[in-house]
Amino acid sequence: MQHSSTQDTLVGLFVAAGIAGLFFLALHVSNLGSFVEQQGYTIIARFENSGGLKPKSPVSAAGVKIGQVSDISFDPKTYESVVKMRINAKYNSIPDDTTASIFTAGLLGEQYVSLEPGGSNEYLKENGTIEITQSAIILEKAIGQFLFKSAEEKK
Amino acid sequence: MMAFIQTLGRNTRSSFTKLGRASFFLLHVLTGVIDLLPRPRLLINQLYSVGVLSFLIITISGLFVGMVLGLQGYYILSDFGAEETLGVMVAASLVRELGPVVSALLFAGRAGSALTAEIGLMKATEQLSGMEMMAVDPIKRIISPRFLAGLISMPLLAGLFSAIGILGGQIVGSGLLGVDDGAYWSQMHAKIDFYDDIVNGVIKSLVFGFVTTWIALFEGYDTIPTSEGVSRATTRTVVNSAFSILALDFILTALMFGDD
Repeated sequence: MQHSSTQDTLVGLFVAAGIAGLFFLALHVSNLGSFVEQQGYTIIARFENSGGLKPKSPVSAAGVKIGQVSDISFDPKTYESVVKMRINAKYNSIPDDTTASIFTAGLLGEQYVSLEPGGSNEYLKENGTIEITQSAIILEKAIGQFLFKSAEEKK
Repeated sequence: MMAFIQTLGRNTRSSFTKLGRASFFLLHVLTGVIDLLPRPRLLINQLYSVGVLSFLIITISGLFVGMVLGLQGYYILSDFGAEETLGVMVAASLVRELGPVVSALLFAGRAGSALTAEIGLMKATEQLSGMEMMAVDPIKRIISPRFLAGLISMPLLAGLFSAIGILGGQIVGSGLLGVDDGAYWSQMHAKIDFYDDIVNGVIKSLVFGFVTTWIALFEGYDTIPTSEGVSRATTRTVVNSAFSILALDFILTALMFGDD
């Protein structure tokens, strides 16, 4: 057995290295370091079809991530998809005539909500609703329409 | 036929009594952990032999596992033009599965077998009965510090394994194969969730640490006090630990990552 103060040092180094490893995982690898848990406000958008959007999908404006989708539900009265988005409190000046569209990052990438700000001077507040929305583009539908169209033209 | 049924019955009964003895043993060990508080020196000695001495094998294995993941992941993902997601692949597979499981298997081989052999030999040379003669509870004095040390070391070792593996994947991915460094980290950052991935990985490694140390200590304590008995107990520790780790991993994964 080694001298006990050397042993203390080694045990201390081991525990410190282990904790540093866990901290590295928590802060550098996972999304804990981003603003998920920070303060923010919720806005709602109703889409005819929200496609493959999932909770935690990013919400971006002008290509910058400003929040994430917190909840998606189906409204049985209007048959629409109700998408709740949590926006970082820093970005509190989104006009109430903003357009929300669902896009896909790359051909096979994940879907995200893109906000295009309008020109109104009224800003969206907690639980504010975005009126103008554009649904997700469903690839199968688009291909179907394209095939149908080209068949029509050939006639 | 009769003999077969008799053997079956005897084996079933003996495995159940062993499970019972192991449970009582665990209870005794857990009560001993509380008595450890005023004597941290016992724990530090064990943290040294269980944790610090496993440090090197865990970090080196972690580095190589991460580098292999980076290499294999790159070959597969580049077929789909998705090399940028290499970071997610390496990090998710390490944090969720390989980190806890491989480090627990290495831990069972490195520290578990040593614990069994040590305690088995103490029993064979009647050191444990000697302690009892002096009215010292050998479980509280010998076993409990080792148990707590295993429980503390395992999550730390698994975290180190994953962290170093991710760095190893980055060395291979962006250093040798030319994946964009920013994409490696940012995709990882976006896709790895703190609670779903990291906390679950730590819970897994805690469970594995608990089970592996329990098996190792019980096999040592329960060994037949001969040299052959000790050697058999050591083998059983490694085999049973590996089996329990892999089976528990399946159950835990099914419970944790069931719904997206």
